[in-house]
Amino acid sequence: MCLAIPGKIVAMPEQELSFALVEVGGVRRKVILDMLPEPAHLGNWVLVHVGFAMNIVSEKEAEEQLELLRALGEFLDEPLDEPLEEPREEEVATAGGV
Amino acid sequence: MSTNPVKFYDSSIQMAHGAGGKASRRLVEGLIAPLFGLAEISGEMSGQAMTLNDAAYLPLGSAGTLAFTTDSFVVKPLRFAGGSIGDLAVNGTINDLAVSGAKPLALVSSFILEAGLSSEVLEIEVRTMAEAAKRAGVRIVGGDTKVVEHGSADGMFITTAGIGLVDTRAHLGAQNVRVGDKVIVSGPLGDHGITVLLARGDVDLETDDLRSDTRPLWHLVNALLTALEGSTEALRWMRDPTRGGAASALNELANDCGLCVALQDEKIPVRESVRGACELLGLDPLTIACEGQFIAIVAPEYAERACEVLGKEAVVMGEITQTPAKTVISKTQYGGTRVIDMLTGDPLPRIC
Amino acid sequence: MKFISEFRDSVLIQKTADEIRRLTSGTGRTFRIMEVCGGHTHAIYRFGLKDVLPKEIEMIHGPGCPVCVLPEARIDAGLELVRHEGVIMTMFGDMMRVPGKYGTPLDMKAKGADIRMVYSPMDALTIAQKNPDKHVVFFAIGFETTAPATALSLIMAKKQHLTNFSIFCNHIIIAPPLRALLDFPDLRLDGFIGPGHVSTIIGCKPYEFISAEYGKPVVVSGFEPLDLMQSIMMCVRQLIEGRCEVENQYGRAVLWDGNSRALAALEEVFDERNSFEWRGLGFIPHSGWKIRDEYAEFDAEKRFSVIETSVEINSEAACGDVLRGLKKPHDCPLFGTVCTPENPVGALMVSSEGACSAYHQYGQRLHEIEIPSNFKLQEETVV
Repeated sequence: MCLAIPGKIVAMPEQELSFALVEVGGVRRKVILDMLPEPAHLGNWVLVHVGFAMNIVSEKEAEEQLELLRALGEFLDEPLDEPLEEPREEEVATAGGV
Repeated sequence: MSTNPVKFYDSSIQMAHGAGGKASRRLVEGLIAPLFGLAEISGEMSGQAMTLNDAAYLPLGSAGTLAFTTDSFVVKPLRFAGGSIGDLAVNGTINDLAVSGAKPLALVSSFILEAGLSSEVLEIEVRTMAEAAKRAGVRIVGGDTKVVEHGSADGMFITTAGIGLVDTRAHLGAQNVRVGDKVIVSGPLGDHGITVLLARGDVDLETDDLRSDTRPLWHLVNALLTALEGSTEALRWMRDPTRGGAASALNELANDCGLCVALQDEKIPVRESVRGACELLGLDPLTIACEGQFIAIVAPEYAERACEVLGKEAVVMGEITQTPAKTVISKTQYGGTRVIDMLTGDPLPRIC
Repeated sequence: MKFISEFRDSVLIQKTADEIRRLTSGTGRTFRIMEVCGGHTHAIYRFGLKDVLPKEIEMIHGPGCPVCVLPEARIDAGLELVRHEGVIMTMFGDMMRVPGKYGTPLDMKAKGADIRMVYSPMDALTIAQKNPDKHVVFFAIGFETTAPATALSLIMAKKQHLTNFSIFCNHIIIAPPLRALLDFPDLRLDGFIGPGHVSTIIGCKPYEFISAEYGKPVVVSGFEPLDLMQSIMMCVRQLIEGRCEVENQYGRAVLWDGNSRALAALEEVFDERNSFEWRGLGFIPHSGWKIRDEYAEFDAEKRFSVIETSVEINSEAACGDVLRGLKKPHDCPLFGTVCTPENPVGALMVSSEGACSAYHQYGQRLHEIEIPSNFKLQEETVV
């Protein structure tokens, strides 16, 4: 509900452990890391909100999500006699999160 | 120009009145223009209902038509990547003349200086103005200087006024715009505004490649007029999207011509770093000022030629349609449509 | 841009739209889905998603806009603080145009009040460090997305022994107003699109009561157009299949249990208020945070003895009904005439995430003027 943007950690100054430089589309911003539940590393993508990194964005999850959606079309391209199978999405979603 | 008289009711002047959006337009159309009798003046000149253009036209009979304009520059900080207040002061007024179809001839410049301003700073800006004018082939022929108490101006304010001779090949006006015409922009939007926002230092953002796009536009306009010489009517209307951005300029056009300006989101050119900054700050690049780009409405059969002449950054980003009238819209990639409104107030970053 | 561009891919959006159409057509049914979060409302309008969704989907705008739901009594109480000698008031940009009894903060600034826009509570902290002879107040607003940032700023302020910094705390909690909405007899809703960024902090568990007790499905969603389309698709699937559970569409950013470090910071600094007033929704129990006694020196309400006075609201304004999803913005008699973005009556027209503002900015004219169904941009042949 609040504006949070994914950005990439491009620098982590050694003398200031709680800050990192995060880049969004070629623009860099200093961001505080104190809210992250696990340590971040150079190259991680984080969600930035009001000057803080809220969470690390999972590239793996993102790719899986996009794969699901790409596959969506494939099912629909073929004529079906039976109802669609819908296995993966529910499993991923209700298995207590990811 | 709207046929309903605009009224100005605000009891005091706010920052929004200078932002180039709705409040600015209300102030000008509702208070200033009526008291100066601008409707009568421009009605005489063009035979049309008043439209507020970048320059006023003064017919001189057989000698041609003069274009006459003025602009003030209050940018903070005074210097930023790609330019300074001096560049803006010269290029800005040259461009108002250029997009009015006039070859700029001469400028005058007034300085309001804050007591305590470093003389070196002043000299740098005056030199900058002299160089900018020389590059553009325009002469600065006079001006005025005033000094105000410390704290009453941000270092310096500059006002320039310019005159130009309207090119005989230019027949510009919102009333010339037709359904099917193409909306062409000379280059990416928002470079200047974001550069200045970052230079101000209030936002903790930095970027490498972003510079103000300030530059004089007459040579491009001249090239366009030459390229379209076969049809004097092909170039319908031009505007440089300064304060208020392309959104404000196009809304004025839509209002004045009574048609719809229909853009396509994916065609609107925006540099990546400007897009990134806008995403981070919750701003729309269409509302951010440019100081070296212009929008041209061109007859469809000439659109390709126009883009060739304007250079590789120029792009057709939309066209004129019938409805919804007096509205600017943009189609998203997935067939959705959004209305692009004129700026309300100063763009304040969206956080939450 | 990574994690943005892929989730704006038009091919995938079209595929999801087709699937939603396939699911809903022929059912003869309208699916009333509430997007809770103001950011989602804004995204729906910004990306023109209403044009992509079939008519069987009706999106109802929820109260998840912290600026919109701030009652005028709190706005006025906060702005009183700036009339104290030596106070610098800091706030997010969204707050600057909210109308109160002295005008908007921008109006007050124009008349000389020291009100400054900040992008982070840490900016306010920095201003306090740089101005030791002044007192800096941060007007804190936001749901659980933003509250941890305020909490961490206070933790830092305490470590630095700052004595000239306090916050006027209006942080609110998402679950109680949802319960209040669901208890409201007139509201007909089939399902919810849950707030993605709030959920990065609180996780998905807090919404379980919605499916368990009220039988409505919830899909926690990201903010890109593809996220919203997929979430709506997942919600519709649940409704058609007769399932009713909480699903996490925003798996790349939201963990089921939320962000433990952020939650710990909230726990350290804040306590639940017994009740808090919401514009248009009245007083809702346990719906706001207040500052704990251990951090009392940073509580502007205690330092300045803030008193709230009740305020007469323009009785014609339908803010409450719009916030509850009972009315659309254009159903309000003041919409677009008396109440406009330049002259807002209520905060829903101010905040760029308010339903009225989004509607006015993006959609009002489309509603009033029919776009011909064959409206199409001609194919570009240039450049």
